[in-house]
Amino acid sequence: MSRPGTADLVRVVVDLTRCQGYGQCVFLAPEVFRMREEVLLYDLDPPAGRRDHVLRAAAACPVQAIHLDWRESRNLPETKPGGSTYEGRIVIVGGSLAGARAAGTLRREGFTGPLTVISEEEGEPYDRPPLSKQVLTGQVAPENTRLPRLREVEVEWLAGTPATGLDVAAKKVLLADGREIPFDRVLLATGTRARPWPDEAEAKLKGVHTLRSAQDAAGLREALAAGPKRVLILGAGFTGSEIASVCRELDLPVTVVERGSAPLVSALGGVIGDVAAELQRAHGVDLRCDTTVTSLEGDADGRLRKAHLSDGSTVEADVAVVALGSVRNVEWLEGSGLAAGVWGVTCDAGCRAVDINGLVLDDVFVAGDIARFPHPLYQYQFMTLEHWGNAVAQAEIAAHNMISDQAHRWPHVSVPVFWSSQFGVNIKSVGVPTFADEIAVTQGSTAGHRFVAAYGYQGRITAAVTFDQGMWLEHYQRLIEQAAPFPSENATPVRVPEKLSATAEATVVVTGHDPAERRVSLLLPGGRTS
Amino acid sequence: MSCPFHLVLDPSSRANPYPLLNELRDTPVALQDDGTYVVSTYREIVALLHDPRISSGRRTLDRTPAFIGLDPPEHDRLRRLAMRHFGPPHAPDKIDRLRPDMLAITTELIDNLAGKQRADLVDEVAYPLPVAMICRLLGVPREDESQFHAWADRLIELLSPRDEHRAERQEVADKLDDYLGGLVDERRHKPGDDMLSGFIADGEMTRDEIVRTGVLLLIAGHETTINLIANGMLTFLRRPDVLVRVHDDPELIVPAVEELLRYEPPVQMISSRVALEDVTVGGVTIPAGSPIVLALAAGSRDPDHVTDPDTFSLDRPRNEHLGFGGGIHYCFGAPLARLEAQIVLTELVRRLYNPRLVADPPPYRPSPILRGPRHLWVDYDEVFPAR
Ligand SMILES: Cc1cc2nc3c(=O)[nH]c(=O)nc-3n(C[C@H](O)[C@H](O)[C@H](O)COP(=O)(O)OP(=O)(O)OC[C@H]3O[C@@H](n4cnc5c(N)ncnc54)[C@H](O)[C@@H]3O)c2cc1C
Ligand code: HEM
Ligand code: SF4
Repeated sequence: MSRPGTADLVRVVVDLTRCQGYGQCVFLAPEVFRMREEVLLYDLDPPAGRRDHVLRAAAACPVQAIHLDWRESRNLPETKPGGSTYEGRIVIVGGSLAGARAAGTLRREGFTGPLTVISEEEGEPYDRPPLSKQVLTGQVAPENTRLPRLREVEVEWLAGTPATGLDVAAKKVLLADGREIPFDRVLLATGTRARPWPDEAEAKLKGVHTLRSAQDAAGLREALAAGPKRVLILGAGFTGSEIASVCRELDLPVTVVERGSAPLVSALGGVIGDVAAELQRAHGVDLRCDTTVTSLEGDADGRLRKAHLSDGSTVEADVAVVALGSVRNVEWLEGSGLAAGVWGVTCDAGCRAVDINGLVLDDVFVAGDIARFPHPLYQYQFMTLEHWGNAVAQAEIAAHNMISDQAHRWPHVSVPVFWSSQFGVNIKSVGVPTFADEIAVTQGSTAGHRFVAAYGYQGRITAAVTFDQGMWLEHYQRLIEQAAPFPSENATPVRVPEKLSATAEATVVVTGHDPAERRVSLLLPGGRTS
Repeated sequence: MSCPFHLVLDPSSRANPYPLLNELRDTPVALQDDGTYVVSTYREIVALLHDPRISSGRRTLDRTPAFIGLDPPEHDRLRRLAMRHFGPPHAPDKIDRLRPDMLAITTELIDNLAGKQRADLVDEVAYPLPVAMICRLLGVPREDESQFHAWADRLIELLSPRDEHRAERQEVADKLDDYLGGLVDERRHKPGDDMLSGFIADGEMTRDEIVRTGVLLLIAGHETTINLIANGMLTFLRRPDVLVRVHDDPELIVPAVEELLRYEPPVQMISSRVALEDVTVGGVTIPAGSPIVLALAAGSRDPDHVTDPDTFSLDRPRNEHLGFGGGIHYCFGAPLARLEAQIVLTELVRRLYNPRLVADPPPYRPSPILRGPRHLWVDYDEVFPAR
């Protein structure tokens, strides 16, 4: 039985930070959800005929990680009674994952005032993680990655025009077309973009790609589908590694060039990096570590022909993907007086922006990939996380705080969770793996590519990584929140590049489960908490 | 002083254990006089289901258990081998493709209710469907049903979180092993397209492992779904408003079955756990070696987890319940059970005209672990024809 006017719409997104790989969705809607070991790949926009299967799958998910378009979720969480009384005008800049989630949360929390979203990209917000996975393999078309609308949100949507300035004193956002959009409170959620190849002429060669937007994915998919002779990937972070994985799945020869000693080193350290390297080589990737690309060379038609590497060798390739990380979209904030720079926009744990004097601003909030925030669990160090789960969690906290008074604001203290799928393995992490000095495999074995590894800093667990063992992750999350002792057996040095380094000792524990009750207390000597 | 858990086990509370379970939650981690810890709050149960220091290997019989009673890596290996012939990643649509069969068998069972005005929905519908399906999947001849039915029932009757009736359980378990073993030897010579033949063809399980897995699936596959179906009709007949809504909007059967798994769970508790190390949960340290009971039925009605826990509601925005357990032992057969229950309950609601309970509460089976009515007598005016 379909409801009037909805028969053609069943958008799906799976919160893969929550998913534990139970596979119930695959059983109940095998045409929509596919699984390889613990890697879950799915259609975000399945055909209308699959609607009842999708509804069954969503209902069956043991951790309720499957989100559908609001029209399909017949049992929407009610707008909170006695919700916010804030009546100002709210503007959100950046209408992707964080921006759209914040808009939905504002309405759910009872905000009824005027709401405007300014978005550089045309069209509805879409999900990026599939772009380096299902979309590149051809399972899902790039335009079919739009995010389900989790509720009906009344919002003025200004798409296709970037913001070019923020006037904090006059409370206005300036747009590229000259318009000025007034606000009482504003949320900055402009995210990141792919770091381009530094040589502009070389970057323009035909066959040289980056991957951040759906449009990028469409272009890269086309290039891969054309059957290139060899694909060259610059950088073996998560994105580069996932693209390499897709290439092997499509049976394309691929060379990966990585500056570090192994793939994923800067995120997970050298011990796990070595496992990732072995995984890549076992799947036929030509992996060159401790090496960089020094220049790209084109032919007379401006087509990429080969790349020169730092070890003097060359690689012939007709497609190259520059996967050297990302650049934060902060240029438009120049002159705004905010503490914004290449590192992101600095804010407090309540997502309020900080100005260059270090003063917290009450009306400017930040969320998602662009936000640089202090995390109590990691000794209050400032961090930016380019994680799907962080964008969602932080957007919800920011939205809540925007319409709450001081006494009812929440801290963003969720433990970071990340996932990636590559070479048939579902890799997940909880915590901050670079905030560690030791690592120990606590379950399974790295040789079988099914294991859990815990990270420790000065005797306490600070992170964990799982390869196809996602069901254990929440146990480790609990240990991290409790600042539990790190198991010293089998521990080896973690070999992380020092990104987050420890300063003064402030060990805290996090209590509470809902965002509303999550709080931090300091761990005092003897195990007492403040 | 009578402790609530002791009373839960008493047959007199079988019809409605919930007030006691609610009381039980006052002490989230409760030490019993025999050294067992009973855990009854949602978050604490979930924590233990995901805690690698908690083992499922609490032995109650002198035999290597099937994977339900094993820990990693053995558990994972055997479960994956069994899953190859049941679901993803190797056979993702196997259960989905059984839907037409499930409907056909259901239709036949309900057709048989026509021409009379009273039926026992347990014996006539809730029991035969799951048995037929698991027999078909496994490759167990349905003619043998009466034989293993008696053993399986007896085994369930003897199930208890206390270590009782050991000798008799051992004896019945041996009989089931011998029966399945005979089947495995037959399949070796005459393979079919069933799971047992698949296990044999893979060549990765020993004969003993195949037998134990087969017995586990046979018992788990029909001693649980029967209760879900029976509890379902019982709940609907007690709540005419629910019955009407499900009748008028059959899509509601999906949330209804999830809510049943939360509100009247067929598996009330898991009693197989033991702590391998000292584990602190809910402020209590469970010493290494202690047996642990996870009171799933109490956890799924924890007011700290769900609002209005004692109300049966079709409108919960997200229903995260413990009906199928959680973590690595999460029910293997959940998709099969869900589809069976969804199909049978939809058809019963649609085809029985004016159904009424004959006895409320109905008589219950004795087990406090796998809880459900022994009979569910229902009067009705008429049976509508199948679509
Ligand atoms: C290919 C790919 C794969 C990924 N895979 C994973 C994964 O497996 N797991 C995981 O956890 N995370 C993954 N991520 C990361 C995840 O997608 C991001 O964390 C998330 O998209 C961040 O959301 P956001 O809203 O903060 O930023 P973005 O998604 O970057 O959105 C920012 C939006 O703001 C717009 N914008 C920028 N400047 C302006 C301006 N001046 N004015 C107006 N609008 C502007 C942009 O066009 C964009 O639409 C992946 C990302 C990519 C690109
Ligand atoms: C409504 C019906 C069912 C319910 C409520 C149910 C419930 C459960 C629960 C709670 C567990 C967890 C046990 C533990 O953690 O120790 C479990 C495990 C299991 N169930 Fe079910 N079950 C049902 C139907 C089925 C069916 C139809 C099958 C077989 C096809 C099945 C096979 C299994 C198996 C094999 C396990 C062990 C899994 C493992 O240890 O990895 N169940 N079930
Ligand atoms: S946890 Fe949910 S989303 Fe993930 S595989 Fe299982 S059913 Fe699917």
